[in-house]
Amino acid sequence: MNELVLALTVFVACAVEAVEALTIVLAAGLTREWRSTFQGMAAALVVLAIVVAALGPALTLIPISALRLVIGALLAIFGLMWLRKAILRATGHKALHDEASAYLREVEAAKAAERRSRRGVNDWYAFTLAFKGVLLEGLEVVFIVLTFGINQGSIWIAVIGAAAAVIVIAGVGIAARAPLARVPENAMKFSVGIMLTSFGTFWGAEGAGVHWPGSDASLLGLIPAVALVALGYTALLRHGSAGLAAVGDPAAVGDPAAVGDPAAMGGPAAMGEPAVEPAQPSRKP
Amino acid sequence: MKWLRSFWDFWYDFVVGDDWRGAVTIVTALIVTALLVHVAHVNAWWLLPLSVFAGLGWSLRRATTTRP
Repeated sequence: MNELVLALTVFVACAVEAVEALTIVLAAGLTREWRSTFQGMAAALVVLAIVVAALGPALTLIPISALRLVIGALLAIFGLMWLRKAILRATGHKALHDEASAYLREVEAAKAAERRSRRGVNDWYAFTLAFKGVLLEGLEVVFIVLTFGINQGSIWIAVIGAAAAVIVIAGVGIAARAPLARVPENAMKFSVGIMLTSFGTFWGAEGAGVHWPGSDASLLGLIPAVALVALGYTALLRHGSAGLAAVGDPAAVGDPAAVGDPAAMGGPAAMGEPAVEPAQPSRKP
Repeated sequence: MKWLRSFWDFWYDFVVGDDWRGAVTIVTALIVTALLVHVAHVNAWWLLPLSVFAGLGWSLRRATTTRP
């Protein structure tokens, strides 16, 4: 059961990052040159594979309780960051990540960049754009793969989950030949944030020496509890924004276009809202 | 030195992000949990989850409260 949860969590987290990497890769490939783009992707994937291959076995040499304490803490902090941002996006206090806008920005920058070859690569800009995009998004995946995999004692299950997500997203991207703007990114990030926070809390506390009631079964209570609290905060923030907007309070926070806009205000549907146009330039999470 | 600073900034931003409150809450809660377990012999499994909930609320409140 835990291995299935592990694989699914890693799959969803990796899928989110793969969508963002795909946007950058498509911008580089369609605007500049595919050969150099693929070279950049391949170089980044090699670096990421080396990191996993080197860190994975090295980390298993550390005593499990110390490892769980540190990795649990890092995972809980990381998960809380994802959850916080997803809640702020769902309630209009932060612009939703808009793949279509991100793609257009990358395309404009790619069109403006000069074309030059270097170190056997025809288009150095396309190479570095793809390399950096895949590497940066991939580092988050590696972080999740290692933390989840090591604590569960199943790095290979985590790697399989990540690889499956990359293959699925790459396949859909190749078929669509366009950024996947309709993927419910925020809903996925919200779900992954819940899982990362829950597992990080569970393992971190175990590393500190606690014995959870029911052992692993306590996750069946912890995960819904984190989800309920997150949904509760989302509802509170939406209610607060709606109240301020209703009385015409100029101090009403958040995206002015989102506050009062049912599509962006929140609720499960809005967390999965695809391609909402932000009123302010969208920032990379 | 500059490289070290950049390296630290990158990983800080990667893990903690733009709000340190959640990280401080979790680290503090883990320290207190460890002390309760190993010194006071209290199985404080409940402390970290409650701290996570409080830390999330604190961080969200800070992010959504307008300044006069």
